[in-house]
Amino acid sequence: MVDARQLRLNLESTLDSVRAAELIVQRLAELNGFDEDQVHQIGMGVRETVANAVQHGNGLCPDKTVSFHASVDERALRVRVVDQGPGFSADCVADPLACENRLAASGRGLLLMRAFFDVVELESPEGSGTSVRLVKYRSESGGGNS
Amino acid sequence: MSLSTAIRDVAGVTVIDMSGRVTLGEASGKLRDTVRNLLDSGVKSMLLNLGDVNYIDSSGLGELVSAYTTAKGHGCAVKLLNVQAKVQDLLQITKLYTVFETFNDEAEAVTSFRQS
Repeated sequence: MVDARQLRLNLESTLDSVRAAELIVQRLAELNGFDEDQVHQIGMGVRETVANAVQHGNGLCPDKTVSFHASVDERALRVRVVDQGPGFSADCVADPLACENRLAASGRGLLLMRAFFDVVELESPEGSGTSVRLVKYRSESGGGNS
Repeated sequence: MSLSTAIRDVAGVTVIDMSGRVTLGEASGKLRDTVRNLLDSGVKSMLLNLGDVNYIDSSGLGELVSAYTTAKGHGCAVKLLNVQAKVQDLLQITKLYTVFETFNDEAEAVTSFRQS
C-alpha cells in the first residue's frame, strides 16, 4: 500500500532527478491539501535543492546518489535532501542581492529555497556531504516550532 | 514542457517568442544558443517575449542575466515582454527587476528601443 504522506527515494545524480523530485513532491503536496501557490513554491524550492545536490554536491557523478525524504502532517510538509559531495558552506555563497552580484549568472538557488520554504537548514559536516532540511507550513498554521 | 523559441522582426527589433519552461539543462542551453546566434548575426535590439513562459528556475534566471550581459557586450539591448506573474515574483525576489526593463505592450516595448 502506498503511503501518501511520506516517501523516501535514492536519486541518481542526473538532471532528470531534479525534475523527478519536483514532480513527486508537488504531487505529495497536492494530495495533502496544499494550495496551488504553495505547490508551486514547494516544487521550485525542491527543484533548487536537488539541483544543488546532484550538480554542485555530487558533481553529476554516476557513482553517487542523493537521498530524498519528504513527509507531510497536519502542520507542514518536510523535506530532507542529502548528497554525497565534499560539503558546502552557505557562508561562501555571495549574496545574489548585492549590487555587485546582481549580474552574476548563478548563485540564486539558495535565495529561492529560502523564499519558498519557511525553514531552510543546511548541515555540512566535513566529508559527509550536505544535508538540507526544508519545512513548508500549511497556510493556516503559520510558523512555530518544527 | 521544454522550451521552444520563434524569432520575428518588428520594426527592427528582434522578438524572441519563448514558450515552455526555462530551466536547468537543455532549455537554458537553447536560450543561450539562440541569443548567441542572434548576436553573431548583428542584432542590436532584442525583446524576449515571456508570455508563454510560466516557469523559470535559478538556472533559467541565470541565462536571462547572461543574455543581458553578453548582449550588452555586443552593443545590444535586451528587454522583457509579457512577464507572467510567477516569473515576475522571481524578478522581485532576486531584484532582477532592477536589471531588466519589462513591458506588457509589444508596441510600447518596440518603441522604447528607439528612445534608449
